[in-house]
Amino acid sequence: MDFGPYLILASLEGAVAASVLALTAVGLSLVFGVMRVVNVAHGEFFMLGAVLAWFVASSIGGHPALGFVAALLVAPVLVGGLAAAVDMTVLKRVAYDPERTIVATIGILYIIQQVTLMTYGPDARPVTPPFNTRLAIPWFEFADGRVQMYWPWGLSTTSYKLFVIAAAAIMLLAVWLMMTRSKIGLVMRATQLDSEMAQAFGIPVERVYAMVFGIGCGLAALGAVLIVPIQQAHYLMGTDPLLLSFIVVIIGGLGSLPGTVIAALLIGMSDGIISVFYTPTLAKILSTLLVAFVLVFRPQGLFGTRERE
Amino acid sequence: MSNRKEFSNSRRKALKTIGLGAGSAAVGASLPLWARYAEAQSSAPIKVGFQAHKTGIGAAYGRWYERTTNAAAKVINDAGGINGRPLEIVLEDDGTDPKRGAEVVEKFATQHECDVAYGTLFSHVVIGSAPRAGELKLPYFVVSEGHHVASGMLNRYTLQPGITDVKSQVAAMAPFVSDNLGKKVTMIFPDFAFGHDHRDFFSAAIEAQGGEVVAKIAIPPTESSFTKYFPKIPRDTEVIYHVMVGPAVLTFVKELGEFFGPSRPEIFGFIDSLEAVDINSPGLEFLDGTYFWEGNPRYAQDNQSEFDKAYRAAVGVDNNGASVSDPTDVSTYAHMFGCWETLHVIKAGMEASGYSGAGDRAKLIEAVEAMSDLPHSHAHPQGAKLFNGKTHQVFGHQYITRVTDGKLKLAHTTSIEDTLYPDEVDYTTQAF
Repeated sequence: MDFGPYLILASLEGAVAASVLALTAVGLSLVFGVMRVVNVAHGEFFMLGAVLAWFVASSIGGHPALGFVAALLVAPVLVGGLAAAVDMTVLKRVAYDPERTIVATIGILYIIQQVTLMTYGPDARPVTPPFNTRLAIPWFEFADGRVQMYWPWGLSTTSYKLFVIAAAAIMLLAVWLMMTRSKIGLVMRATQLDSEMAQAFGIPVERVYAMVFGIGCGLAALGAVLIVPIQQAHYLMGTDPLLLSFIVVIIGGLGSLPGTVIAALLIGMSDGIISVFYTPTLAKILSTLLVAFVLVFRPQGLFGTRERE
Repeated sequence: MSNRKEFSNSRRKALKTIGLGAGSAAVGASLPLWARYAEAQSSAPIKVGFQAHKTGIGAAYGRWYERTTNAAAKVINDAGGINGRPLEIVLEDDGTDPKRGAEVVEKFATQHECDVAYGTLFSHVVIGSAPRAGELKLPYFVVSEGHHVASGMLNRYTLQPGITDVKSQVAAMAPFVSDNLGKKVTMIFPDFAFGHDHRDFFSAAIEAQGGEVVAKIAIPPTESSFTKYFPKIPRDTEVIYHVMVGPAVLTFVKELGEFFGPSRPEIFGFIDSLEAVDINSPGLEFLDGTYFWEGNPRYAQDNQSEFDKAYRAAVGVDNNGASVSDPTDVSTYAHMFGCWETLHVIKAGMEASGYSGAGDRAKLIEAVEAMSDLPHSHAHPQGAKLFNGKTHQVFGHQYITRVTDGKLKLAHTTSIEDTLYPDEVDYTTQAF
């Protein structure tokens, strides 16, 4: 394939990966930012979103779009509700102590994964996309002294992949608006800045925590619902998103939403482009190396602010 | 007997129990040696440790390997078992993980006291487990397709008598590909032992036919997104040769179709890329007219043998290769016959060697090594086979089917001779 079309294809693939990653990582970052909880089970909430999407989509008959829209509405809400319950029954009990929450969320990781294995089973199951038209992309070349348009072999995307990018962008915008323009966002930011002071001003910090944990995990589930018509729902699918989300959140700065989005774009796009031109292994090596450099030279992340002492 | 009476007179329950034990021990000791032997032989089941991919990336295969194994065990038991003893399957999940695989083999030998271990598919699990089976001197019958058995990489305790290996499969495919589809081939394969067997042996085989492999694209078996690999397919490719495994195979084939759109080259795939997946799934329409290797044709063919009919019914598979109870549960038909046939080989080997217990394991292996012609029969429903005792590997017919009207229709059957290659090892020279 020629360089130009090759780069376009790589960027499109990277953009799809980056948009889902951004949603997932923003969820993780939100939870850390507000609650100071490192949620190791985040990837399993992602997986749960995909599995629930399959349950919802397959139990609703008719046009595939019906099942998909239902899944898009139901799965993140269910996962968010479950996460809020986990917060109230587990994380609150260990008093959000950093070490103990890590151990607790590792336990939750295994519980969710194994319960899925016991109920949903070990198979990968597809969700039919609501629409999926192949869109060939034209390219230009100089031939016989003038610009000519042609259709390179393999340079294409699908309408659904473009939808994933658009939907993720809209959701990220919504999260940003929620955090900066709404009362809920104000309450969350107040809790993030100083939870004791927030409590003194009458903010129900415990309820804010449950809500934040629910929203964070719900965002991961939403990312999974968007990707499941391209990939498939499988009980082990949470591992990669967890790892990549941590990479993104560390690079972007724990708790910084703009930093997380930019880091997700950086990691997602570079993963797409480097995998296409070189190998996927090199892409993973480089992103892990970047994490190492960030930790050594800028531990608060590219966009993070230093902890106030 | 007098012992027992004496104790029962005491009316103390605990003592009575001990007395019963002592009494029966006394009876046992008084019997001549041959009679005790006969007693053990007639009652104790023969235990086959089944190392199954119940979870992990091989789970779809595991589910069907288990159903086939249970069906074969039932058929064997209904016909009187092995040497008059019932066959018992002891299942352990290996999670499709080599480390767990070795532990499971150890469990079979020491905890369950199995007579043999059996049933592994994924080549990395076989390669991880076989050395432990050799150390424990536990016969290890694999159903894996990898070339690792016949290559001499493993040991005398590891045998593959129920399924052919990749090297022989691709040797028989190369002439068909180069004569009917094209000479310039791009290979797409999973990046582990099984995929490397495809890469190495198909490249050599197609070159022997005057063709060439223009690109080799290795994809990690845990990958979930594939479009990014396809731009490496050179423009002058005439044939795509694909073989993929793992939970994302459907995504792989769908994205391959989306990549090419209306202008696809010829496509030849190993059915592994779509095992346990309905070929009529949305997004797979582009496969119409493409070819697949199948170890055993998924759809019942016009020339279906009575053996295939009986085997299909016993396992519970319909004429479209799906479960009779759930038409969306598509089987791994191209591979799972290996379980059925391997269990029948174990039975034949135990009967030929007069197998009676763990002490006869070496005799069992020698008996299997002595086998050669395995005729098309109820024990071998996939077709006739030729077992090579030196390399511990079986050879058999291969099937090429073409996607026609949403079904896989048989296009070509290779002979066993097409699949043979020179021996690379003689396991019979290794000591037990």
